[in-house]
This record gives sequence, structure tokens and C-alpha cells, in this order.
Amino acid sequence: MSEFTLPVGPVHPAFKEPIQFKFKIEGEKIKSVDIDMGYNHRGIERAGMKRNPVQIIYLSERICGICSFSHPFSFSRAVENAVGIEVPERAHYIRTIIAELERLHSHLLWAGVAAHEIGFDTVLYLVWKNREKVMDICESITGNRVHYGVMMIGGVRRDLTEEHCQKLSKAMEYYNETLTAIEDVFLNEKTIKMRTQGIGILSKKDALALSAVGPTVRASGVPKDVRVDQPYAAYADMDVKPIVPEKANGDIFDRVWCRLVEVRQSIQIIDFCLQNIPKGDTLAEKNIVKLLADLSQAEGEGIGRHEAPRGECTHYVVLNKQPNPFTWKARAPTYNNVLPWVPMFKDAEIADIPIISASIDPCIACADRVTIVENNKTKTLNKIDLHKKSIEKSKRLKKCQ
Amino acid sequence: MIPPMLKYLIKQLFTKPFTNLFPANRVPNDTSAFLAKGKITPPIPVAENYRGKLSYEHDKCIGCYSCIRVCPANVIKAVTDKDGKRKIKMDVSKCTFCGQCIDVCPVKCLHSTPEFLLADYDKKSKNLTLE
Ligand code: SF4
Ligand code: SF4
Repeated sequence: MSEFTLPVGPVHPAFKEPIQFKFKIEGEKIKSVDIDMGYNHRGIERAGMKRNPVQIIYLSERICGICSFSHPFSFSRAVENAVGIEVPERAHYIRTIIAELERLHSHLLWAGVAAHEIGFDTVLYLVWKNREKVMDICESITGNRVHYGVMMIGGVRRDLTEEHCQKLSKAMEYYNETLTAIEDVFLNEKTIKMRTQGIGILSKKDALALSAVGPTVRASGVPKDVRVDQPYAAYADMDVKPIVPEKANGDIFDRVWCRLVEVRQSIQIIDFCLQNIPKGDTLAEKNIVKLLADLSQAEGEGIGRHEAPRGECTHYVVLNKQPNPFTWKARAPTYNNVLPWVPMFKDAEIADIPIISASIDPCIACADRVTIVENNKTKTLNKIDLHKKSIEKSKRLKKCQ
Repeated sequence: MIPPMLKYLIKQLFTKPFTNLFPANRVPNDTSAFLAKGKITPPIPVAENYRGKLSYEHDKCIGCYSCIRVCPANVIKAVTDKDGKRKIKMDVSKCTFCGQCIDVCPVKCLHSTPEFLLADYDKKSKNLTLE
């Protein structure tokens, strides 16, 4: 049978964001795939290097609309790491609570999207109806449903009141109940099983070789989780275990299972935090003007990692006694999960393209930060060019230190 | 066996719709006359410390310009008013509602209001400029 190329994207109804896949197909079977990214490059890091660290917090929130706490969290940790700021204990707990609320709503959002991608829209509405509660909770704690604006270098900007805590524990009770329905549907419904079991398989070997992160790698049986590997914030005080299926097949069903169990885990973490939250300050330096002055005298490099709902999110910052950071680099989890798509798509059917691409919970705009446009020409860089660029950059960074 | 989803679907048929209807008394002026004839949905209150449109107390401002330094979206401009005093001018259409300027202001002359419907035909309209 002859081979055809099937381009899907950059703008396609099955994807929420612009990305292009070029599938080599033989009949209905996908033989190989070429992934083309870079349609959504926004130059956020460059814009950030022209702003001071406090302004970058809000810019980093806008890297992703769903991980709008993970990015500022990682960024703040990077700056705190560079300057050596001690975050108060209470702020650690509040950060953990909001990070877990974010995971809760992100995984529920994903569950809805996944159901939609297999054409099961009633499940989408069932899940998203339940997701509203956590958005409302986020609004009442932070002041906004999506861009929380609650992170600050050295702590958090808003404290949890007694009333918030009560609302939170009520909401967690609500989720403990309603999750049963969602789990019931996702794990027992025949339609979902038929469309997810044995499809989009990522073997443990591939997952390790391609450095997948987040639920994508855990569903393949690799217990990788920053919250466990390098505990930070309040995670160090509790016993968090990476969620790995007992008999991991690495298919989409396992990824569904992983995320649903992680939602339960988030509820437990939030409950733990609510019971053990210490009293005290929420900010290391309350005067933002003074904080900015201190940061503009600081020197050093720092790295911040956080287990975002989609996987590990890393930020790197270099400060060199200037008001604005010398370098800011953000790596969104989707960046690592792009290459694992290749083995997932191999030998899949065309009809499974939407659900396989959605199964890593992609966030293309977050990952897109590598297009090179020189003299108005887009250039594709090969490995040697990239290596050269990397050496140049290391030299540039060394010079500033 | 009954598919699990069917259970929830039938249950949903006998419950009230979950969707919040658009709070009609918040619609812009030109359509409210039309909507007034219809049924008005009571507004769903926003959260207590919701960060909506900003408000600015011109007289209280001491012109320290700390807010300009922290604003991530370049919303705030330094101006001098009629009496030659240092004041600010805000372009609310650019605002991201982070509330950082409110936190940093030493005399607390900036506040956030629960107002969130800011769509307008003119980005520089009076409603979207604070001074
Ligand atoms: S709320 Fe944020 S974006 Fe808006 S004016 Fe204040 S600092 Fe600037
Ligand atoms: S921080 Fe407050 S007092 Fe200072 S210029 Fe801004 S609005 Fe005026």
C-alpha cells in the first residue's frame, strides 16, 4: 500500500493550540510522525528580562492559563534560591494548598477535555460542572478564578482566614463525594475503556529515554515526582508518594487513572495542610519597594522546580546587581512531553489522533519558546547549531558572574 | 449492565441547570433598556476580595510613584495635575488586575472594586481612564 502524508494543524479543531503534526499514514495506520512547533512563540522571557522580578511574577503567571500558580511558584523559588530568602513556614503551607487546588482543577479540566476528544461530551459537562467549585474556592482565597496573583518572592500576598479554611474543608468534602461519580464513569464506562485501553502506549523504556514528566511518565511506571524527589514547601512535612499504577501499561487509560488518583491525593494534601498550618507571617519582606531594592543589589543564579499538574516546571534566573534579571529561562512540562508523542502515535489509528495528543495534557503556548527568526527568516536549527548556541550562551552567562 | 454515565444523565434530567445566567443588571447601558423588559437575573456576587476594576483617590495620592515601579503592564503613567502636583493616570484597558499597585501604595489611595464588565468600543474612554 502506498504511503501518504497527512498534515494536521497548525490550526485544527482537534487541538486547542497551534501545533503541526505531519503523519505518514498507510491506510488508517500512522507509520511515523513529524512534530512542528513554534507557531505560538511569544517572547515572554525576553519581555521578562526588561522587567523587575516583581513584575515578572505576573508575567510568568501568563505563560499558562491553567498552570498560573506553577510558573510563578517556580520563578519565585528560583529567585529565593539565588538570593537566599527564607520563606516563612505559613507561606509554605498556603503555597502548597493553592498549588494543590490548581492540580485539582487542572486534572478535572483535562478529564473533561479527554472525554470531549473521544466524542463523549456528556462526561465533559459532568466533570466541568464539578470543577466550578474549586474555581470558586480559588476566587474567594486569591481574588481571581484563574490568574491568582497571590505569589510573591519570599511568601504569598494573601493570608488564609478561618473562613477560607472552613470553605476549603467543605469543598474537599464535596470533592471526596463527587469524585466517586467521576471515577465511576471514567474507570467503568465501556466507551471510555474502548477508546483508551491499549492506545497511545508509551513504554517505560521510551518514557525514560525521552525524559517525559508528570502523569505521562508516572503512567508508564516511572515514579518521578519533584514533590517526592526533592521535597519543598510543605511537601517535606508529609508523606507524598508518586502515583504509579501497579501494572503500568503506559496507555491512555493509565494516564486517566493516574490523574484521577492524583486528584484524590491533592485532596489529602490540602486536608493535611489545613490541619497542620502553622501561625505566623506570610511574607519574608513585606515592603515591596525594599524587596526590589534588595533584589537589584543581589547577585547569583538560582533554579526553581515545582511539580505542576502536567509535570516538572523549571525556572532559571541569573541576577547581576541590576534591577532586572540578566537571564530568565522557563521550561514548561509540555516541552519534555513532546518527544514521547512519537512512540505514542506509532501504529495508532487516525481517529485516535485527538485523544493521543490530548493524553499528555499539552500546553503548546507554554512550551513554545525556541523559534529562531533572523532577518525575518525562520530558521530550523540542527543539533550542531543548537550546541553552538548553547556554548555561546554559557559563555555570555559566565562573563556576567 | 447499565452504563454508569446513564445513571448520572437521568439524575441530571431532574435537577436544576447548573449554569449561572448572565446577571442582567450588569450589562452595559445601551442594552439594559432592552433587557429590563425581560426577566432580570439576580447577579451572582463576586468573591469578597475580588480584584476588579481599580479606583483611584486623586486627592490622597502623594505621588511617590512606587506603583509605577511594580506595575507589570505599564498601566500607570506619571502626570502633573493643574496645581503642579505629582499624580498618576491609569489606562485601565491595559490593566491585568494583579493588585500589586494596591499593595505597594503607602497611603492606600488605590482600591479594587467588584466591577468586572469593562468591555467598551473605545479603549481610551472615560470609564477606562482613571486620574
Ligand atoms: S492592578 Fe496590576 S496591572 Fe493593574 S495597574 Fe495595578 S499593578 Fe498595574
Ligand atoms: S503608590 Fe499610591 S501614592 Fe504613590 S503614586 Fe501610586 S497611587 Fe500615588
